[in-house]
Amino acid sequence: MSKILVLAEHDGHQLKIASRQAVTAAQAFNGGVDLLVVGADTAAVAASAAQVAGVARVLRADAAHLAHPLAEDVAALVLSIAGEYDVILAGHSHFSKNVLPRVAALLDVAMPSDVIEIQANNTYVRPIYAGNALLTIQSQDPKQVLTVRGTRFKAAVAGANVSGAVAEIATVAVPAATGAARWVSEEKNVGDRPELGEAPVVVSGGRSLGERFEEVLGPLADKLHGALGATRAAVDAGFAPNDLQVGQTGTIVAPDLYIAVGVSGAAQHLAGIKDSKVIVAINHDPDAPIFNVADYGLVADLFETIPALVKALG
Amino acid sequence: MKILVPVKRVVDHHVTISVKPDGSDVDIAGVKMAINPFDEIAVEEALRLKESGQATEVVAISIGTAASQDVLRHALAMGADRAILLETDAELQPLGVAKLLKAIADRETPQLLIVGKQAIDGDAGQVGQMLAALLGIGQATFASTLKIADGEVEVAREVEGGIETVAIKLPAVVTADLRLNEPRFVKLPNLMMAKKKPIETIAAADLGVDFTPRLKRLSVAEPQARAAGVKLNSVEELVAKLKNEAGVL
Ligand SMILES: Cc1cc2nc3c(=O)[nH]c(=O)nc-3n(C[C@H](O)[C@H](O)[C@H](O)COP(=O)(O)OP(=O)(O)OC[C@H]3O[C@@H](n4cnc5c(N)ncnc54)[C@H](O)[C@@H]3O)c2cc1C
Ligand SMILES: Cc1cc2nc3c(=O)[nH]c(=O)nc-3n(C[C@H](O)[C@H](O)[C@H](O)COP(=O)(O)OP(=O)(O)OC[C@H]3O[C@@H](n4cnc5c(N)ncnc54)[C@H](O)[C@@H]3O)c2cc1C
Repeated sequence: MSKILVLAEHDGHQLKIASRQAVTAAQAFNGGVDLLVVGADTAAVAASAAQVAGVARVLRADAAHLAHPLAEDVAALVLSIAGEYDVILAGHSHFSKNVLPRVAALLDVAMPSDVIEIQANNTYVRPIYAGNALLTIQSQDPKQVLTVRGTRFKAAVAGANVSGAVAEIATVAVPAATGAARWVSEEKNVGDRPELGEAPVVVSGGRSLGERFEEVLGPLADKLHGALGATRAAVDAGFAPNDLQVGQTGTIVAPDLYIAVGVSGAAQHLAGIKDSKVIVAINHDPDAPIFNVADYGLVADLFETIPALVKALG
Repeated sequence: MKILVPVKRVVDHHVTISVKPDGSDVDIAGVKMAINPFDEIAVEEALRLKESGQATEVVAISIGTAASQDVLRHALAMGADRAILLETDAELQPLGVAKLLKAIADRETPQLLIVGKQAIDGDAGQVGQMLAALLGIGQATFASTLKIADGEVEVAREVEGGIETVAIKLPAVVTADLRLNEPRFVKLPNLMMAKKKPIETIAAADLGVDFTPRLKRLSVAEPQARAAGVKLNSVEELVAKLKNEAGVL
């Protein structure tokens, strides 16, 4: 039986959905799944993580220098316990993308990233060329290090170990800070909207929204309790914050409902939305490529349509 | 301060690639190739550091066949001082690329290595982090601004929900994100001049590095296409469809 380590991400209270999706992906390896929780004080997170279905053991790595975990330090931590595991896996987030290639290189193994399907015998499917092709690869390495595209795996249920089977919580020794890097500051876009990668509804806008991006799209996102997203062109022009970029080189989303407003539908953008359950496109150009992937389309001016839509939603 | 910038030759981002009928690979025969857009941003950032007097030399390096001279010439035309081609026609994967780059970094001893955050063909997004790990130095990925001060590089990183700023001791690896800068337009005379500049060519196999692929390619397939849906006539019709047909409201 193989031993699997999932590198978790959390908000200080509970696991991110991406980590619960990674727990589900980990079950494909048929082994015991340990969850590594990193932070300055992970007591609360560990307690809630211990109730996630499919988790055998929660490992707490607490240290002052992990309050804002840096790639160098987290990689050193993972390496210090890597010997016990056959598989090390995480969601394909900025955090894991930063850490796991370091781990893989130091273990001298290749790393399949953004895996959408795990098959038998260390075989994986992953998108390449902005999702225009799917590559199936088989790892030849003794240890597997990989990231998975969360939206392809159903999140393991939180608080599902109701049968009383709460996972064991253990503490791991944390190596000293490497000193190679130092955390300086962070600027998070505060607000009540859900995180882009986790939201069940995403309202996305293109560059045509101009300075009125938030004014026009904000009310629609709020009405639907959704997140805002944007094209690269809208972000580059400064109409939307950087972290709202959806696509091949931004965030990949797969909400129940994706509403693309004044978005042309470039290949790089489509790469990030193709797994959405329902796509709605609103664009005044009937030939815009976005209509080729949209379930429902409205050929209309967005500045008139969006306020009308907000109103029609009651 | 010397800066090393790895540049990769990839299929131009305007091209929509297709898969070979036998499912063995993507079909890129005859398509337009270009410098990986993130690497062009990396070269631009290195040049700006040089132009502002913070760097002394910008060295571009590419791994691949002789055809990769194109992208090195592009980097030279932008203003890079030197170019190195690690020549091989073998299949490359991120770990192997990182090992080869480490061998060159050991020789060139740059203080800063600016790498693209991802190559738009393989979309792996690993080389920079692997290279930093192999060199035993720090890294700042997804850079949207970069500043050198007091033996450190301070980088604002694009992460979920906003920006995180970190400071990394030099030497360091930085991976370039889209908003780091807007690369300069390469003028034709510069491109002509760059054609005459020498490119140092080293056989990758001579570096004593094992870069054999570890991931065996089994097949390449077209993804399932999403079917186009219907165009509706009014906002009311849309709301009704979303409620009653799609059940997402
Ligand atoms: C390396 C690289 C990576 C990239 N990564 C990404 C990525 O991750 N995500 C991404 O999105 N892009 C990415 N791009 C950019 C991508 O190629 C497109 O340029 C971009 O998605 C276009 O954005 P847009 O739809 O806002 O703008 P445009 O293509 O200019 O389209 C604007 C659309 O708005 C419509 N419109 C205008 N006015 C109105 C109106 N009043 N009412 C209704 N409709 C209107 C127009 O008909 C048009 O279809 C990348 C590009 C490169 C080179
Ligand atoms: C189906 C398929 C078939 C392929 N077949 C071949 C093949 O036959 N021959 C072949 O050469 N490659 C081939 N490749 C590409 C090769 O696998 C990738 O180049 C390699 O895996 C590196 O991954 P990446 O470029 O996605 O890395 P990333 O980690 O995304 O790259 C990040 C950065 O690393 C640097 N970098 C990456 N590669 C190079 C390089 N070669 N030179 C300089 N800097 C670099 C750049 O700065 C780049 O921005 C193939 C890829 C696929 C998907």
